[in-house]
Amino acid sequence: MTWFQKSEVVIAGILVLAMVIIGLVNPAFWSLDNMFSLLRSNVIIGIMALGVLLVMISGGIDVSFPAFAVAAMYLTVKGMIYFNYDGVLLPFVAAATMGALFGCLNAFFVYKFRMIPLIVTLGTGSMVRGFLLGVVGTSMININKMPDALIEFGKSDIVNMVKADGSTYGLTAMILVYVGLAIALHLVLRHTMIGRGVYALGGDPEAASRVGFNIRKITFFIYCVAGALAGFAGLLHSGMIWLANPRDFVGLELDVIAAVVLGGASIFGGRGSVLGTMLGVFMLVMVKNSLIIMKIDTTWQRVVVGVIIVIATAITAWRDRRANA
Amino acid sequence: MKRQMDFRSLLNRDNNIVQLIAMTILIFVVMTALSPDKFLRYYNFESITYIFPELGLLSIAMMIAMLTGGIDLSVIGIANLSGIFAGVMFKKFATDAGVADTGFGIVLLGAVIALGTGLVAGALNGLLITRLKITPILATLGTGQIFTGLAIVMTGGPAIVGFPNAWAFIGNGKILGLATPFVLFIVLACLIAFILRRTTFGINLMLIGTNPKAALFAGLKREKMVLMSYMLTGVMASIAGIILSGRTNAAKSDYGTSYLLQAVLIAVLGGTNPAGGRGTVLGVSIAVTALMLLSSGFQILRFSNHLIDFIWGVFLLLVIAINAYKNRTR
Repeated sequence: MTWFQKSEVVIAGILVLAMVIIGLVNPAFWSLDNMFSLLRSNVIIGIMALGVLLVMISGGIDVSFPAFAVAAMYLTVKGMIYFNYDGVLLPFVAAATMGALFGCLNAFFVYKFRMIPLIVTLGTGSMVRGFLLGVVGTSMININKMPDALIEFGKSDIVNMVKADGSTYGLTAMILVYVGLAIALHLVLRHTMIGRGVYALGGDPEAASRVGFNIRKITFFIYCVAGALAGFAGLLHSGMIWLANPRDFVGLELDVIAAVVLGGASIFGGRGSVLGTMLGVFMLVMVKNSLIIMKIDTTWQRVVVGVIIVIATAITAWRDRRANA
Repeated sequence: MKRQMDFRSLLNRDNNIVQLIAMTILIFVVMTALSPDKFLRYYNFESITYIFPELGLLSIAMMIAMLTGGIDLSVIGIANLSGIFAGVMFKKFATDAGVADTGFGIVLLGAVIALGTGLVAGALNGLLITRLKITPILATLGTGQIFTGLAIVMTGGPAIVGFPNAWAFIGNGKILGLATPFVLFIVLACLIAFILRRTTFGINLMLIGTNPKAALFAGLKREKMVLMSYMLTGVMASIAGIILSGRTNAAKSDYGTSYLLQAVLIAVLGGTNPAGGRGTVLGVSIAVTALMLLSSGFQILRFSNHLIDFIWGVFLLLVIAINAYKNRTR
């Protein structure tokens, strides 16, 4: 395969083209301020997309992660307030663990009962969110009650700039967390046995099990890591926006799935890369944010996301068919 | 005597139905025991016959999509968009007296627009799935966004309030002492059952779902059949939208979002195989009755809506586990 046929290169090309067009419509797009805020919007969706990518490579789909993320976030913040704990590392470990446990539930049903992941995750998602809102509570935790360490952590910047009018803006350090996780996942997928197993499972489960991959282990790995990433992202989100809202992330699954599909992953499994997904996430976030810059009414956002999903999936399906022909 | 024979052959054909009936009776008994004075009131059952048809129709729509191994995640979007298109048109034709007294002809036109919306939306899904070969999950996920998005664009966010009286009759009225939506549901359920059991189209759908490759070699026109099944799904969804907007006298882009999970749950609970090939209208109808009794019972017990969502989710997972267990021992 020559370099220009790689899907990452194609996506990057489209991305650059879109950036040029948006920049022509409104040059404010290229301002450093806007770029930094774009990158910032990438972080949460991006981390969640990494989890969804993992599930999609294995041939599944996950619509439960927003519920897991919000549950892990809300329970962790509640716990921190309850124990009067003010730290950073432990809460993130707790949130990720909680997400992983929820993910185990998905894995159990998908593996044990051979049920379609979509239906399983619809059920677990509704269950977890229903439990959170029905039992734990529906009230928001505002900035005055939020643990300070979490907010401080979310505030940290890599670079700080001062605008002409004296106000400051910066590039959030959370982008490093995102990139770090992405590199880690990339290495796992490319260079470890279990990572190759995820691709093998997505390519053909029967063949994967015959060559000796432990399907159960891989299934649990996939859904637990996806859950952990979601839980982690959830808590990070609350640190970045300085509040914990148990009704957050409703409908986010569509954006994230759109981003992953846009990044070239195939729902039939066996295809997809971390780099492609990151580009897909950037593209989706950029288009959504730029609707405002391009002076398009925000009511069109949903339509645009929908059209993006349809076009991206049509192209992926067309590519898969051509590859098989 | 002959009726009894028929009944027994029906039971033999699908012992799933027996289990569903048993479950319905169990739910009924438990709910009666928990709050006899409130649950057994006539008013409670009457209100169920008004509320359940829209969910029942959505579930049947979901089942039709599942017959060929697909799924339709855009049904809620289609339902809302149909109601909104009709509502927008009624506003256009409104006289100074408001929309309440709109003439019968215009109401009929509104129904045609709503049904047409469902047909076109379903055709779009079908074309994306059969022509562009997009998997049903992603295709309908995307179109669902588009339909909901268009609904937001049409309304700007808030609900369209105020429908003609004749329209409200579809959602609120009574025919021979029975709720209009209920009568409509029975008629449509019988019609769909007939189509699936007794027409070439229905049989073909089952065959395609059971074994796509064999169906192809048998010369079935797979693409055309699948396309038609999604159009049928779309029309069913739009009828649900008409009932919903008629009952609530309003249409909004985010009505009934929790219906999506419930429709999937009811279809699966009703014995539909999400991988295709199996599913009956009767099963889905009993399942929707059972779950409506369950949720109305919980509402009487003053459970919050969130908790009911939780219970629906648990129920879905339980059904999956039980179905898997049954299939293994068989």
